[in-house]
Amino acid sequence: MSTLNATWGWLTDPAHWSGDDGIRHRLLQHLLLTLVCLLVSCLIALPVALVLGHLGKGGALAVNISNAGRAVPTFAVLVLLLLTPVGRWGEGPTVVALVLFAAPPLLTNAYVGMREVDRSVVRAARGMGMTGRQVLFRVELPLALPMIVNGVRIAAVQLVATATIAALAGGGGLGRIITAGFNLASTPQVVAGALLVAVVALLVEGVFEVAGRLAPTWVRGGR
Amino acid sequence: MTAPPDDCLTRNEWICGLYLTTRRQILLDAVLQHLRLTTLSVLIAVAVALPLALLARRLGWAAGPVLAVTTVLYTIPSLAMFSLLLPLYGLSAALVVAGLVLYSLTLLVRNILAGLRAVPEETRQAARGLGYGPLRLLLTVELPLALPAAMAGLRIATVSAVSLVTVGAIVGFGGLGNLLYAGMNTYFKAQVLTASVLCVLLAVAADLLLLGVQWLITPWTRAGRA
Repeated sequence: MSTLNATWGWLTDPAHWSGDDGIRHRLLQHLLLTLVCLLVSCLIALPVALVLGHLGKGGALAVNISNAGRAVPTFAVLVLLLLTPVGRWGEGPTVVALVLFAAPPLLTNAYVGMREVDRSVVRAARGMGMTGRQVLFRVELPLALPMIVNGVRIAAVQLVATATIAALAGGGGLGRIITAGFNLASTPQVVAGALLVAVVALLVEGVFEVAGRLAPTWVRGGR
Repeated sequence: MTAPPDDCLTRNEWICGLYLTTRRQILLDAVLQHLRLTTLSVLIAVAVALPLALLARRLGWAAGPVLAVTTVLYTIPSLAMFSLLLPLYGLSAALVVAGLVLYSLTLLVRNILAGLRAVPEETRQAARGLGYGPLRLLLTVELPLALPAAMAGLRIATVSAVSLVTVGAIVGFGGLGNLLYAGMNTYFKAQVLTASVLCVLLAVAADLLLLGVQWLITPWTRAGRA
């Protein structure tokens, strides 16, 4: 109980919200980092998945990359990059490590979504004289969209959570509140930092949920 | 005065044979700690996930809450998870194990439940017709048929656990993660690369081991395909 009270006290202290180490600044860093990494990994993974899914090739490749991605610890990638010349670009190592972490699930989800589109619908579209490009953008992509968006949602939530690891390597974001708490042996601060990250992760999940409900029926999969 | 030896350790090279020979004991200890933490947490997670999945299967209303809670647990970041459990466990190996158990639960419950749900109704009815009671039906028909799906979840959970143990370095119980953390602070390239490679090798070895176990315990999936 006392830990909870102390955590609440830490969180509601205005002094902890301002300044470069303050919650507001760390929160903005965290959101910016997540957003940049999400955009970059989408830009890399989604086109590849769409093309492979359209051609119906590389399924094993997509799944294997995804499995291998899970086996590589993000923390190890981060530290490795930090010791290479990439380490001199500020947040560079964090962004690269997180993109490598987020891209495999995005790739797999989008690929599976593309392949699950009813083949008879695709054949009908071809029979109507659609070109490959038209089939991809007017038939397969809209039908695969719910699955692709689900992949983006999973990646976004996981990125919010994993971006905290950046702090272990001296990067910014909410993780810094946790690591600073560890160094000060201040349990309330550590718990407060963890709570903040969990709340942000749940908020991101909520944003996707609300956006999904407001979206037109065909985006949701027409169910 | 003698000049410092000109070897790969003093030159701080990425790949260094001398590092492997001189720090063999440290590496071995780290690998063993890594293995202990991973094995313990996966075993506890299985022991907790199985009853939860069975409960969710038996009582229809329990499935929603069980899946929801385990999924929320999964969205908590590893670093935050270890810190949220800090007031409960203090700086200890139990803290890391508890965090990893909570992580593996989502994957295991989901997959065991999916496996149990995929058992065809006709199969269940046939077994009942043969006079199988509920317990015998569960142990000799339903659980074995759910094995492939459950094993798929177990493999993912184990591989994820191997890579998540590294974050335990923040409380000093991270197995190879401890070497990564120390290597990062001292710019010790050989140590960072060696620990990273060992981590990936451990994950791959664990995955292959579980694949082999699955092959051995589900002989019926191979019957008639040869």
